[in-house]
Amino acid sequence: MTGWNSETAARLQDLARELRCDIIRMITEAGSGHPGGSLSAIDIVTYLYFHLMRVDPANPGWEDRDRFVLSKGHCSPAPYAALARRGYFPREVLWTLRDVGSPLQGHPDMRKTPGIDMTTGSLGQGFSAATGIALGGKCQGKDFRVYCMLGDGEVQEGVVWEAAMAAAHYRLDNLVAVVDNNKLQTDGATAEIIGIEPLEEKFRAFGWEARRIDGHDFNAIHEAFAWAQERAGKPHAIVADTVKGKGIREMEGDHRWHGLPPTREQAERFLKELGEEVAV
Amino acid sequence: MKPEPTRVVYGRTLVELGERNPRLVVLEADIAKSTNTFQFQKRFPERFFQAGVAELNMVCMAAGMATTGLLPFCSTFAVFASMRACEGVRTSICYPRLNVKIVATNGGVEICGDGVTHQAVEDIAITRSFANIAVLAPSDPVTTRNATLAIAEYDGPVYMRLGRQTAAVLHPDNQAFEIGSMIRLRRGDDLAIVACGNMVEQALVAAAELDKEGIRARVLDCHTIKPIDREALRAAARETRGIVTAEDHNVVGGLGGAVCEAVAEECPTIVRRVGLQDRFASSGRDYRKLLAQYHIDAPAIIAAARDVLATSRSHAADRAEPAGAGHVCR
Repeated sequence: MTGWNSETAARLQDLARELRCDIIRMITEAGSGHPGGSLSAIDIVTYLYFHLMRVDPANPGWEDRDRFVLSKGHCSPAPYAALARRGYFPREVLWTLRDVGSPLQGHPDMRKTPGIDMTTGSLGQGFSAATGIALGGKCQGKDFRVYCMLGDGEVQEGVVWEAAMAAAHYRLDNLVAVVDNNKLQTDGATAEIIGIEPLEEKFRAFGWEARRIDGHDFNAIHEAFAWAQERAGKPHAIVADTVKGKGIREMEGDHRWHGLPPTREQAERFLKELGEEVAV
Repeated sequence: MKPEPTRVVYGRTLVELGERNPRLVVLEADIAKSTNTFQFQKRFPERFFQAGVAELNMVCMAAGMATTGLLPFCSTFAVFASMRACEGVRTSICYPRLNVKIVATNGGVEICGDGVTHQAVEDIAITRSFANIAVLAPSDPVTTRNATLAIAEYDGPVYMRLGRQTAAVLHPDNQAFEIGSMIRLRRGDDLAIVACGNMVEQALVAAAELDKEGIRARVLDCHTIKPIDREALRAAARETRGIVTAEDHNVVGGLGGAVCEAVAEECPTIVRRVGLQDRFASSGRDYRKLLAQYHIDAPAIIAAARDVLATSRSHAADRAEPAGAGHVCR
């Protein structure tokens, strides 16, 4: 991991702002998609791809690379924007999202998109697969790390806890789970649908190290991932408190933006708010 | 080889494969003694992973392990592999075409005493509906060993269904084996019996009985249900008067369904499906009696064969063609 200072945080923050613009653009172009959760996730995704992870865009299949598994696969625009900016594929490809023939499927497809490490989208399965990737790395003596992002609604899936149990059992300290805890799911507030808190206690009870952070504060994100590098014989969970639709006031905290694409007029307004003047 | 449950042969062959391939790993969901993966566990404990009673997590973890270059074999009972873990097999294994082998034991009603909750009579129908997967159900110790070796070489998702009870040896030890090619166990041009798994033995018993009446039944061991051997089916439809399928499975969507789909497209002919007739079975202390109770046995195959021939004759009479002329497809 390279050094960290206030300039790093500012650089990542500005990059995340640009990726937010790409997210808005591609979902608007596609005419469908999940902006709310993509925007809540993007700061952490930016940190992973532009600071932490050991990856090589010229060699996406490099077997010793760190892995990122977006278990909340519906927020694919977040990693897509990051992968394009990181050089895995041309940025123009982003505007083909969800179209026939596009390498960018609605949910991540490891066979179609360079840089996608696991096909995900059916909630819970990605976390379970990430556990398998970490186990595969461990049993082959490899030192790569696996970062897996889950949604807060997603942890209602039973298989999440099957995987959590297995990850602790196999002492997968090469696995880090991040819950993008934006507190809203499709039908409303997570606490009102099926409450999931207290999350750190749940993970700890399952044998994990766990802590909670502000998922939009790059210094806090950095500190948490540095903590998660400890090889304590336990997997690490970071509960990242985030805001659904983060960065766009109209979207923030409104669950209706879970799976709603912006209209072109809205998109222009949102891009302006993000500091972009270009029309879509 | 000697008569043995196919799961025992599988367990032994896994060890053989493990010696050759250091990338082979085995995942299990708390029934290693029964599925026989314990044989691999004893020899290669560092490559054996318990998922506990969590079959969906087992198959998704296997998918993740496959992305790191490992060759995972997952085993549990067929009922859990195909239904509890169903969506994981479909979405995390078949969709990304990951090289994971699901080898499920206790297919059909062979786990007789446990009853319906532990019998799998839908697994072939479910798994064969997934794109990118091969579905196998070997019949005897020889084909089970051959199939286990073959699926390890095959690059892609596989579902292989095994039995529980002792299986007779039906093939010579040197029997050639190819995924997707039926094996003809008996010649005959009056009708063809296409069977898989434990029903192949019953098909041979039925064919021997029919022979006493002068009826020559061709017996085909359909160890691969997907991809189905269309060439063998086309030949059977063209050269005989009809087909009987036999499977320890619901007649909906399984081997019978697969054969009907292929035959309807290749060379339509009369088909009768022996199997569980779209109902649940029950507990039974003796597995052969249970199969008889639900008409999944040699007498049921014989009855179906007679029905095929009678129907063929009546169709021929309707068309005023000479009976027994064989079936001609355009």
